[in-house]
Amino acid sequence: MAATAAVSALVLGLGACGGDDSDDKGNGKDGGGGKESAATVQLPKLDGEKVSVAAVWGGSERKVFLEVLDEFEKRTGAEVSFVPAQDPIISFLESKVAGGQPPDVAMLPQVGAIEQAVANKWAKPVGPEAQKELDKNYAQGWQKLGAVDGKQYGVYFKAANKSLVWYNTAVFDNAGVEEPKTWDEFMQTAQTVYDSGVTPLSVAGAEAWTLTDWFENIYLSQAGPQKYDQLAKHEIKWTDPSVEKALTTLGGLFGKKGFIADNALQTEFPASVKQTFTGGDQPKAGMVFEGDMVSLSISETKAKVGTDAKVFPFPAVGDGPPAVVGGDAAVALKDSKGAQALLTYFASPDAARIWAQAGGFVSPNKGLDLKAYPNDVQRGIADDLIKAGDDIRYDMSDQAPQSFGGTPGKGEWKALQDFLKNPKNVAGTQRTLEDAAAKAYKKS
Amino acid sequence: MTTPDAGGTAAVPPAGATPHAPKTGPHRAGPRKSVTGTRRTIAVLFLLPALVLLGALVLYPIGYSVGRSFFDKAGDFSGFDNYETMFSDDGIRTAVKNNAIWLVAAPALTTALGLIFAVLTERVRWGTAFKLVIFMPMVISMLAAGIIFRLVYESDPDRGVANALWVGVHDTFAESSGFPQGHPGARSPLEGAGGGAFITKEPVRAGEPVVLPLTGVPPDLMPDDAASAKPAAAEPGKVTGTAWQDFTRGKGRGQVNAPDAAEFGYPGIKIEAVKDGEVVASTKAASDGTFTLPEEADGALLRYPADNFREPYNGVDWLGPTLITPAIIGSYIWMWAGFAMVLIAAGLASVPRELLEAARVDGANEWQVFRRVTVPLLAPVLAVVVVTLMINVMKIFDLVFVIPPGSSKDEANVLAVQLYNSAFGDRDAGVASAIAVLLFLLVIPVMLFNLRRMRREGRR
Repeated sequence: MAATAAVSALVLGLGACGGDDSDDKGNGKDGGGGKESAATVQLPKLDGEKVSVAAVWGGSERKVFLEVLDEFEKRTGAEVSFVPAQDPIISFLESKVAGGQPPDVAMLPQVGAIEQAVANKWAKPVGPEAQKELDKNYAQGWQKLGAVDGKQYGVYFKAANKSLVWYNTAVFDNAGVEEPKTWDEFMQTAQTVYDSGVTPLSVAGAEAWTLTDWFENIYLSQAGPQKYDQLAKHEIKWTDPSVEKALTTLGGLFGKKGFIADNALQTEFPASVKQTFTGGDQPKAGMVFEGDMVSLSISETKAKVGTDAKVFPFPAVGDGPPAVVGGDAAVALKDSKGAQALLTYFASPDAARIWAQAGGFVSPNKGLDLKAYPNDVQRGIADDLIKAGDDIRYDMSDQAPQSFGGTPGKGEWKALQDFLKNPKNVAGTQRTLEDAAAKAYKKS
Repeated sequence: MTTPDAGGTAAVPPAGATPHAPKTGPHRAGPRKSVTGTRRTIAVLFLLPALVLLGALVLYPIGYSVGRSFFDKAGDFSGFDNYETMFSDDGIRTAVKNNAIWLVAAPALTTALGLIFAVLTERVRWGTAFKLVIFMPMVISMLAAGIIFRLVYESDPDRGVANALWVGVHDTFAESSGFPQGHPGARSPLEGAGGGAFITKEPVRAGEPVVLPLTGVPPDLMPDDAASAKPAAAEPGKVTGTAWQDFTRGKGRGQVNAPDAAEFGYPGIKIEAVKDGEVVASTKAASDGTFTLPEEADGALLRYPADNFREPYNGVDWLGPTLITPAIIGSYIWMWAGFAMVLIAAGLASVPRELLEAARVDGANEWQVFRRVTVPLLAPVLAVVVVTLMINVMKIFDLVFVIPPGSSKDEANVLAVQLYNSAFGDRDAGVASAIAVLLFLLVIPVMLFNLRRMRREGRR
């Protein structure tokens, strides 16, 4: 223990020599955090070794991620460099690999990207140390998301819980309603909010990924995980009765007069959040659905997460509430000791704690003490995610071929936008979805 | 504009260009010298850099694209498959259709507007200043203009200036009502009567106070004089009742279908008594929501007419699927009308004044002078402007890329944007090349027209 402290002090000194202002700040903070909680993972000595990490994060996210990397530098003595990547990261990596300089580790934001990286033979499997950490800290469900053909490649470092409904507490207080648990309660709550003179829901129809998430949550809860997996792989058709049922449920909400804020089809995601949390007693809407990133947009308003803005899990349409997730997985692209050590580090609670304390982060790591989160809302989201265990399902549209599940004005995106415009057209929407899916899945 | 002609003269001496050349040529030297007396090798040497550049930057890419269009995504030969995909894909068909709309509407409207501005500014004292203002949008990049117009067309009248104007005009003629979104809550004695009106399920009796509860009127839109709702007193021989918002803030409905002190009346809301489809009496509620109807209303159904609940007018859905292309064309005209105006004004300056004077002396009025003298004289300039704009419109990209929100991107699609999407979204270079070839073929007729016109002008 003493030796580690000595080494870290040494590295701290080295870091201070070459570091700029922000570096110093990061070091100071981490030093404090390191003293409080003992390291839970043993990392190898990598003095003088160079490790590069590519990720698409920018702004405040990048800043915190750099702090996470600083701690790794301190513990191992390796020199970590951050490679800023652009979306789509696969194309970015393609050019890096073609140029003969792939980063040691890349943070991949989609399940599909991991599969592509494996198919292109870029990804290297997780080593025994990292696997040990994974087994200790991760539910089977999360491990499986990072595996391709039974082999573990990805370590999910940052998770996104996409099964959340955020609400304006003033609206709920005025209407005298409580957080609903089931879909029926949810519809009743919406009705009461509408009766109180506030439009219940804000929908970001201009950005159709929010619509696919609506559908996925309802479908996962209503039809169950098995059907969800089949539909994600297009093993059952979109004309299936289960899809009809889910769309009818969704259409019952979208088509109800006065339930959806005006101009939904032209509301961008940040605007959909802002209009829910501005306007005092009389905002444009009372609730908005989406993942934990909503808190980022709320922070741009005057509302405070935890007092003015609260969150409840997506209501259970069928037997249980759905848990649709997303996340960023670390994948090694080089067979280096540094890359494996970094994966081990990312799989440990130590790395997760640093970002969790900074906020705006949910970890799938069940070894992480929930006390690390800065507020009750974040803690609740993380708790739900951990509790969902193996029943989590990855965002379906992110698993689909891009031309179906991820292109503006095309495929699922376009079909669901048309559905939002005309929520009675369930059969027509199913046909359009199936046509587009058949084409897209055939091509890939 | 005369470059092609000059080039032509240099390379091959045309027969009629200089009548003396054929006579003097043979006397001077052998066939290796041209009219100007340069040796052909030297001419080629001087042309070489330009030709190499032209070949590398224009001809080779054209040839490569044409070739690439016969290979599929992965690079295997696929014959005409890409062209088949192109013409069977709905998105691309919309793009072709929209390009046609653009090609017809945008240059014509822009030129017409430019012509009007040019003719008018000539007669205004502050003409130059006016021209400067009209020309200013040209200085803005297409991308920035797109972002500006995205905001201009925003559907919320508080943010989009187009809708602010539209709603302003509309509201001066038709005011919105005091009780938008009002509707009966659960277990209400009222039901929908079609067209947004609400009617009681049971006939009312004189002497028995009636309740007409509604919910959902946003508190900030309630009339200012709304007072706490009171139950109506029974009056023999008269129908009395209360019209109010049956919702208490923070408590939900409170006592259902009974006015609580914390709830507000609907001052001024219109109530009609209906018997067999005929309105027999009508009244308006007081500030505490109470109302009284005469004896004729006994046994009638009470109705809230629909105009109580007219929603505030929200303007036109500029960025919606139906209006998106005209809306983008509007922004294009805003940008390019100045360009048309400047060119036409220059042409106008060279129109001989005597002709206009002569027409006026002959008794033509201003319209006739404009129609019969100015426009015909300007025809060549107008043709230049229209053709330039046509070529410009054919490859329109930025505005269409920036302005439409995701939900109407499909309807706004044009070929250049589709090309980009196919190439960098679907990563299908084959289809993208096929679109490029199509675009190229479409531009050719306009180019030919332009070339012929230039040649004609050169001859003149």
